[in-house]
Amino acid sequence: MRANYKVELAAGVFLLLGLGALLWLATQATDYGREVGREAYTVSARFTNVGDLRERAPVKIAGVPVGLVDEIEVDPVTFEAVVRLRIDQRFNDVPNDTSASILTSGVLGDRYVGLEPGGSPDALVDGDELLLTQSAVVLEQLISKFLFNAGGDKEEP
Amino acid sequence: MSARWLEPVATAGRAGLFTLQMLAAIRPSMKQAGETLRQAYLVGARSLIIIMICGFFVGMVLALQAINALAQFGAADQVSLLVGKSLFRELGPVLTALLFAGRAGTAIAAEIGLMKATGQIDAMELMAIDPVERVALPRFLAGLISVPLLTAMFSAMAILGAVVFAIGVMGLDAGVFWSKLQTGVRFGEDFMGGIWKSVAFGGLVSGTAAWYGFSARPTGAGVATATTNTVVISSVLVLVIDFIMTSFFT
Repeated sequence: MRANYKVELAAGVFLLLGLGALLWLATQATDYGREVGREAYTVSARFTNVGDLRERAPVKIAGVPVGLVDEIEVDPVTFEAVVRLRIDQRFNDVPNDTSASILTSGVLGDRYVGLEPGGSPDALVDGDELLLTQSAVVLEQLISKFLFNAGGDKEEP
Repeated sequence: MSARWLEPVATAGRAGLFTLQMLAAIRPSMKQAGETLRQAYLVGARSLIIIMICGFFVGMVLALQAINALAQFGAADQVSLLVGKSLFRELGPVLTALLFAGRAGTAIAAEIGLMKATGQIDAMELMAIDPVERVALPRFLAGLISVPLLTAMFSAMAILGAVVFAIGVMGLDAGVFWSKLQTGVRFGEDFMGGIWKSVAFGGLVSGTAAWYGFSARPTGAGVATATTNTVVISSVLVLVIDFIMTSFFT
């Protein structure tokens, strides 16, 4: 009986240790509980070019993540990209004239959507559309513009 | 009738029937739960030390390699993301299952094989005790329960190993390390995907071991063959099933 009790105790310790490790990993080493909660509202924004923005990319205000990109699709009529943003319900007082731009974190970093709050007294609500948007800066286009302009400048004087 | 090339097919069929026989013997009884718990100690808890040591060193070597590669791009900060994702998705479940096959699978196969060689299985059948229910099922269920827990211990130790190396030795920032893990590693896809895998691997390894134990020839050489086959076949199956599960779930 004593030996049996020891075995049961050891098995119990093993189970508790394993479950403890599971819990620790899930809470400390994954995004569990840190995702945008179910309490979120969705707004959309139209861009002429999203660059390489991906779904689940962060949405930031003042550099702090407040939500994520839920869905990216092309409007079949206007051929603009429609990006749906899920914003945490905690930030439910964002002015409805807020502008959205697609930015890059660092030189080679990931794309994210930056929100620049406006001054309107009315807040964004679920289903709203952000009208002021700025598309992604595509490096190739920027370089080619720069090169053409640089060529033009020389001819003028 | 019994052509030689059909023999592997028949063996696979027998193994499948054996699995069904085990699953059919599951009863919600305290006796079975107690025996399963006892086996969870024997196959699971006793594998804990080796799993933890291996996990720690796997974490360290992952961090070492990742830092070397990432530093070339000035991205050494991303090391925890790489370690965490590769651990939770692949390395944790697979390496734990392979270690479990070596540590516990062999023990199960040898024990059952020896029971068969010494006539204990036959004795049980004579006493109208179902040896599949009494011997194989608790070990199978114990594998099913303990491998996910062992995987969690393995991954936890590997994260600790990565912490020791990346923060302690290479002097990376601890805050960046943890925040990369907590924002980059997805609970649903990365973490739970690995847990499902480890449940499947646990059943696979302990089921294979029980099957080879039961189908062993009742001689010393038969037990040795059964032990070898357990390690070889369950390792191969783990890697094959891992590929299948990964390609289906992602």
